[in-house]
Amino acid sequence: MTTTNMATVQSTNTMSETTDEKKIEGDATQFLTFILDDEAYGVEILRVQEIKGWTPVTRIPNTPKYMQGVLNLRGTIVPIVDMRMRFDLQRVEYTPVTVIIVLSVKSESGERVIGLVVDSVSDVIDVNAKDIKATPNFGTTLNTEFINGLATSAENMVMLLDVDKLLSVDEMTALAQISDANADVRDEE
Amino acid sequence: MSIDMSQFLETFYEESFEGLEIMETELLALDTGDADSETINTIFRAAHSIKGGSGTFGLNAVADFTHVMETLLDEMRDGKRQITQEAVNLLLTTVDVLREMLTALRENTELDHERIKVTHDQLEALLASDSTAAKPVSQADTMDTSSSTSPTAQGWKISFHPHIDLLKTGNDPVRILRELSELSELGEIESTMDASSLPDFENLDPEECHLGWDIELKGEVKREDIDEVFAWVEDECDLTITAIKTVTEKVAPAKEEISSATEQSTVTNSATKASGEAPKATPAAAKAKTSSESASIRVGIDKVDSVINLVGELVITQSMLSTLGEDFDMSKVNSLIQGMEQLELNTRELQEQVMRMRMMPINFAFQRFPRLVHDMSQKMGKNIELKMTGEQTELDKTVMEKIGDPLVHLVRNSLDHGIEMPEQRKAAGKPVTATLGLNAYHQGGNIVIEVTDDGAGLNEARVLAKAIEQGLVSPDAELESAKIHELILLPGFSTAETITDVSGRGVGMDVVVKNIRSLGGTLEVWSKQGEGSKFTIRLPLTLAILDGQTVAVGDEDYIIPLISIIESIQLKPEMLNVVVGKGETFKLRDEHLPIIRLHNVFGGHPRTTDLTQGLLVVVETDGRKIGLFVDELKGQQQVVIKSLEVNYKRIEGISGATILGDGSVALIIDIPGLISLSNQEKATSKYKKSA
Amino acid sequence: MANILAVDDSASMRQMVSFTLKGAGHTVVEAVDGVDALAKAKGAKFDLVISDVNMPNMDGIALIRELRALPDFKFTPMLMLTTESTTEKKQEGKAAGATGWIVKPFNPDQLLATANKVLG
Repeated sequence: MTTTNMATVQSTNTMSETTDEKKIEGDATQFLTFILDDEAYGVEILRVQEIKGWTPVTRIPNTPKYMQGVLNLRGTIVPIVDMRMRFDLQRVEYTPVTVIIVLSVKSESGERVIGLVVDSVSDVIDVNAKDIKATPNFGTTLNTEFINGLATSAENMVMLLDVDKLLSVDEMTALAQISDANADVRDEE
Repeated sequence: MSIDMSQFLETFYEESFEGLEIMETELLALDTGDADSETINTIFRAAHSIKGGSGTFGLNAVADFTHVMETLLDEMRDGKRQITQEAVNLLLTTVDVLREMLTALRENTELDHERIKVTHDQLEALLASDSTAAKPVSQADTMDTSSSTSPTAQGWKISFHPHIDLLKTGNDPVRILRELSELSELGEIESTMDASSLPDFENLDPEECHLGWDIELKGEVKREDIDEVFAWVEDECDLTITAIKTVTEKVAPAKEEISSATEQSTVTNSATKASGEAPKATPAAAKAKTSSESASIRVGIDKVDSVINLVGELVITQSMLSTLGEDFDMSKVNSLIQGMEQLELNTRELQEQVMRMRMMPINFAFQRFPRLVHDMSQKMGKNIELKMTGEQTELDKTVMEKIGDPLVHLVRNSLDHGIEMPEQRKAAGKPVTATLGLNAYHQGGNIVIEVTDDGAGLNEARVLAKAIEQGLVSPDAELESAKIHELILLPGFSTAETITDVSGRGVGMDVVVKNIRSLGGTLEVWSKQGEGSKFTIRLPLTLAILDGQTVAVGDEDYIIPLISIIESIQLKPEMLNVVVGKGETFKLRDEHLPIIRLHNVFGGHPRTTDLTQGLLVVVETDGRKIGLFVDELKGQQQVVIKSLEVNYKRIEGISGATILGDGSVALIIDIPGLISLSNQEKATSKYKKSA
Repeated sequence: MANILAVDDSASMRQMVSFTLKGAGHTVVEAVDGVDALAKAKGAKFDLVISDVNMPNMDGIALIRELRALPDFKFTPMLMLTTESTTEKKQEGKAAGATGWIVKPFNPDQLLATANKVLG
């Protein structure tokens, strides 16, 4: 990965140390962790294609608000999802450290490439399957259906994302119908 | 050495399907009476190739089936059998059955043994009927028994005297002797050379063979094996093979007429080999992957070569530019400009050539029609002549695959509803044989396909009545002819009083329109009562590139396909007209056209919402014109269409995206989709306001 | 190893013949019909020609006749790929100068055995 250095720049010291100490064990899976509204999330590193800084996207009309638009990634049109909006978190202005994690996800119609806008990328952690705990019911605004389980890294809780569910097309279609992303503009007339 | 034969299967299937198409086309040509020896030869060759290949690749059922067909064709080719309508029809059925068999094998589904057997029996029956030619099959059978009884003797005495020109067929007596000695492995070979006919040295031609051999082969060697060694040279030598009998056995089969014996053993040999070989390969055949039609494309080598050439030029230009860049100063700016121009030229040519690789002659879509017209006209008792022109007109492979069904629909429609029965035609003073035309040609960046017939034409009164009944037009509407014709393209319209076997079951023309529209094309109807109809399909040559007009709404750019743009105007206040409940319209010459504000449908922040400030792009689709309100027009350019569906999903009103010169993405507007979206939008906003 | 000219209008057969022979270390030049083969044969040397009989443009028999007339192909072994039902074709082929034939259907081993037989 050409842009891993970006990830290390973002990572805190304590976290990097734990990574160095840990040896990759038999059934350990590596996760890339990122931060959203001070919470840590993890995605399987094998799904990550690249990490790039935020660049303006082309808006797609009549799509859910979390769908920021599309980006040209070396000739491929890639949809970009704002994770804060996907999880109904408070929206923040994009800054120079706002990054897009480009992932490959599986859908019924094959593999797709999508980009996730997150606050920052933090670390790469090893998680043993046995250390993954079931997702408790948060009872908050957080959508737990995209969470595969919880893991702990350096005393911090990391929510492991089920990236395939994150953008299942049915989900997107249904939401697209409900959402009225452009209502504000229309109402001006 | 074991070779996985299944690797050749896909090619075999592909070429067999092509072969079947050829057979069908040529059989239909036979049908209309213009048979010549080359036509029947072509059919034979196709059958022969399928038979040879299927045998080799272990598709025994196909090989057996084709064998009977081939025999029949062989007799026709040799003039031993008359080409009857009955035979042609049976052969056409055979083609269908073969196609089904190959499809089933390719997709690893069950063969329809019943149908295969029925057709096979019909072919056998026809062969048996009045054939003057001997049947090779039974010949082989009888030989089989005769030669398999040939004994294994204790040894053989062979007298082998080549004719002088044996060497001239590339045969070599030394090789034959070597093979004989290999046969006898455990046995022995004793040979005596007979040089008695060798001429004097000065008369000796080294290209001639004057030597002879008398050979004694001892050990248990089969007669067939010896025959096989001599099989190739049986006519080029004097050969006698005599069994060396052991004790006191009868001498009966000892001396034979050689040529027939060798022939027999060859036949048997191959027959047993064929049956022994085949089962092994069948599981491999089953593994062949299913429906890979659109996965691969056959490209003429000339097209590939021209791309290679262009890439070569591109590399030269690139290296020239990089040399220039290593040590650049302003004195070289002219070379730089020249280089960039060259690069642009190379790139454009390369793009065109690569696009050409996807192009195929429309013949691939047309070739099913002779059969269709033949079968249907027989079924309906109509006399129809199919005239096709422009079969070599090229279009994109994807477009071709998708235009097949709409074309079939149109042709069936003409055959069924357009063309009258012979007696009606006679009564109307028209030639009894009707003409159905399929024409293709290029026009601008489009391919135009016309389906014409000289039938009855559209019955305008009936069309109008039906449209009123369906509530598609108001009862008091007064429409001109062209408008009435267009009614048949509307959803829910169908005048066919009885659903016929021929032209679809309740599927209307609107489906055809929809399919064509999804390809970015249009359908037009022309008709004149009593004279006939013409359906004109206009399609983009390729789905990959379009000529686009970039328009801006706020800071967003959209691409409108140039093909749908009629003009762009700046509205004057007096042209505007706001109809309550119907939205905004404007008057363009004599027409009142609806206005769609792009920002209303797609959102965004326009620089102005004042209709007289921005621009109105007048676009046309399906004969409907609308004004599309945008901020401004930007450049026109060819854009490469990228799908949004690959990584996301289809968005209504958007046909795809493209990457602009600066690397950013612009969306391409799908005009028909935009209109329907705008209509929904109006409905919901009305609802919202009342809510 | 030998240089072989393989002629067949059927791509699958051509691929099979060529693949088999190349697998045995031979060099194979492919041609799609008689005309193509003749063009490729002129000015080249081949140790063996294997040709289908039924082909468009120029059939195998005509090809063999043409090739035999070329000085470089006077003694070159030429094999026809033929089916069992075409006995007359074999004779016609022999008359045109064919060395022998391989009866279809055949498998790669048979093909190789026959090729090796004439290549010596």
